[in-house]
Amino acid sequence: MAQAAAAQAGLEAAVVAASSKAGDTVADRTDNVISTRNLVRTYEVGEHLVKALRGVNLDVARGEFLSVTGPSGSGKSTFMHIVGCLAKPTSGQYFLDGEDVSQMSKNELAAVRNTKIGFVFQGFNLLSRTSALDNVELPLLYGGSTLKTADRHRRAKDMLAAVGLADRASHHPNQLSGGQQQRVAIARALVNEPSIILADEPTGNLDTRTSIEVMGLFQRLNMERGITVVLITHEHDIAEYGTRIVAFRDGLVVTDRPVTRRRAAADELAALPVEAEAV
Amino acid sequence: MGVLMVLRVALKALARNKMRTALTMLGMIIGVAAVITMVALGTGAQSSIETQIQAAGTNMIMVSAGNFMSGGVRSGQGNASTLTPEDAMAIQEVQGVQYLAPGVSTRGQVVAGNLNWGTQIQGTDVDLPLIRSWPATAGAFFGPADVASAAKVAVLGSVVHEQLFGADVDPVGQIIRINNQPFTVTGVMSSKGQSGMGQDQDDVVYVPYTTVMKKLRGITYVQNITVSAASAGDTAATADRIATLLRTRHQILDASEDDFMVRTMEEMASVRVQATETMTALLASIAGVSLLVGGIGIMNIMLVSVTERTREIGLRLAIGARGRDVLLQFLVEAIVLSLVGGSIGIALGLGLSEGVTLWMSWPTKVSPQAVAVAFVFAAITGVFFGFYPARKAAALDPIDALRFE
Ligand SMILES: Nc1ncnc2c1ncn2[C@@H]1O[C@H](COP(=O)(O)OP(=O)(O)OP(=O)(O)O)[C@@H](O)[C@H]1O
Ligand SMILES: [Mg+2]
Repeated sequence: MAQAAAAQAGLEAAVVAASSKAGDTVADRTDNVISTRNLVRTYEVGEHLVKALRGVNLDVARGEFLSVTGPSGSGKSTFMHIVGCLAKPTSGQYFLDGEDVSQMSKNELAAVRNTKIGFVFQGFNLLSRTSALDNVELPLLYGGSTLKTADRHRRAKDMLAAVGLADRASHHPNQLSGGQQQRVAIARALVNEPSIILADEPTGNLDTRTSIEVMGLFQRLNMERGITVVLITHEHDIAEYGTRIVAFRDGLVVTDRPVTRRRAAADELAALPVEAEAV
Repeated sequence: MGVLMVLRVALKALARNKMRTALTMLGMIIGVAAVITMVALGTGAQSSIETQIQAAGTNMIMVSAGNFMSGGVRSGQGNASTLTPEDAMAIQEVQGVQYLAPGVSTRGQVVAGNLNWGTQIQGTDVDLPLIRSWPATAGAFFGPADVASAAKVAVLGSVVHEQLFGADVDPVGQIIRINNQPFTVTGVMSSKGQSGMGQDQDDVVYVPYTTVMKKLRGITYVQNITVSAASAGDTAATADRIATLLRTRHQILDASEDDFMVRTMEEMASVRVQATETMTALLASIAGVSLLVGGIGIMNIMLVSVTERTREIGLRLAIGARGRDVLLQFLVEAIVLSLVGGSIGIALGLGLSEGVTLWMSWPTKVSPQAVAVAFVFAAITGVFFGFYPARKAAALDPIDALRFE
């Protein structure tokens, strides 16, 4: 019942967010975890000017589970990288928790990336020749964390267990399947208990069952801990696990709608026939 | 990030890329070890010559017959018949002269019992042991009476002693035959090794110079006269006075060339010192080249891995490392690499130097400057090429670093 209420709250927030327009007051924006205004990103490729983002206005409320869809090359990843403080917009503004990101120093941005944001890359970006455990532990080394070595290990282990990879802790990325690498990347994004999870096609390499499991993990974090999730996917059924779906095309948000019949991963998983787990 | 953590992360990164780590270190090890060994060889040769010159006595003057410096008809040094025992007697009176010994030599076959040995038969005078500060170990050097009477007495160099009698046998009083004439052994010289001029000074038999002149060669001249000056500081002046005297005695006009040569030990040795200095410089430049090659090796390996490392930096930045966390990691990596590689290089260089002396009996002397220069150069190369690309990468946006290729 509580879950349904949270989902309902998220839904309402989404509706509010969807109705907000450029030129809102700062007070409005502070209600949103993520708030972008006229976000433009261009790339110079030789003589060409590639416009990856042409003025994106998007607000994401705290506790929302936003699915971002759109065709390949529409600017989804570019948008995510800016939201994740991994790249800077060419112009426009981005407020994170009401704070103008362009005013932050490099070190402040590093701290934000370390503690506030958990980023799951489209291409995993795991450290090669390094065990899954060490990969997951990596964010714990930075940001002035005072955790003891043993505590770091334990948290990384717990996180790996949460994504179903407890028995692969000592394996290197090249000894893991694509889906397993994906899950290590997810565990790494979650290990520092961020308040925002940004996941760029996290189920791209996963089979149906594992996809549902990962979505279940995200939904649980979203509903139980109120963590804001932004998820990029090009699969419409995966997008339905969110509370709201926006679609990108040619660097702009073209549709923005709440999810009316949200899928619940936990229920689906329970309904799935039990099969020998091929981890 | 604490220092300990940085060190741990850096060591892990080095362990992750064992091949790269090993190859980088190899460049340093080879460069540093080569410089140390080569310079040690050169310096060793140089200092051993200097020691020999000191031992030979800096107050020594060699007067030799003939003048190989002269143009026209070249009478080989010592083959001219221009120096006589009377010249020697006159030189004895020159101011500053302490001891002198006329010298005349021949090669001869020496026989003792059923053993024989071809060697240098050196005719000399009683003062030779004083001039060379070179005592006999057994028996005694021959005396003035032997010289006056051209007696058939012989003093053996240690090599000849060993070859004819064996090192344990005391040959004093034994008869040996030199070119079929019987000589009585009166003594054995202590071992002295190579001379400043590069001859084995122990493979020789000393007999009175009069004996060589009259009994072995049948000549009336001597080949050279070895003189020692009373004081080392007066050597050059004494040499000049001897030259003046001989010019008068030989009636040589100012414009014409001398028929003799007077050289101090120092003059003669300086030629060899110069030669070894050239050799040292040559060795050092070869070593310098290998250091450079090592440096380029380090550079190559560092640059080749830049893509991978830039991605690593991008990833670390992306998950929340600050620029300085990453830079510190790379700096520590480079320093650890340089310290370990350089230290192994130093150890290897010292070992090789020692080994060369031990197994090839070439003198070596490790030069602390060479060690320092080699180490510092290797360390700077390692740190620069490890750190500089990292600095560039850390300045990028994380996503750009992640996508770097
Ligand atoms: N570093 C870059 N340099 C030049 N152009 C780039 C760069 N990154 C992205 N682009 C361009 O920007 C546009 C948007 O790229 P982006 O990666 O955001 O697309 P996407 O929506 O994530 O696509 P996909 O679904 O295939 O991942 C593309 O046209 C792409 O070619
Ligand atoms: Mg993408």
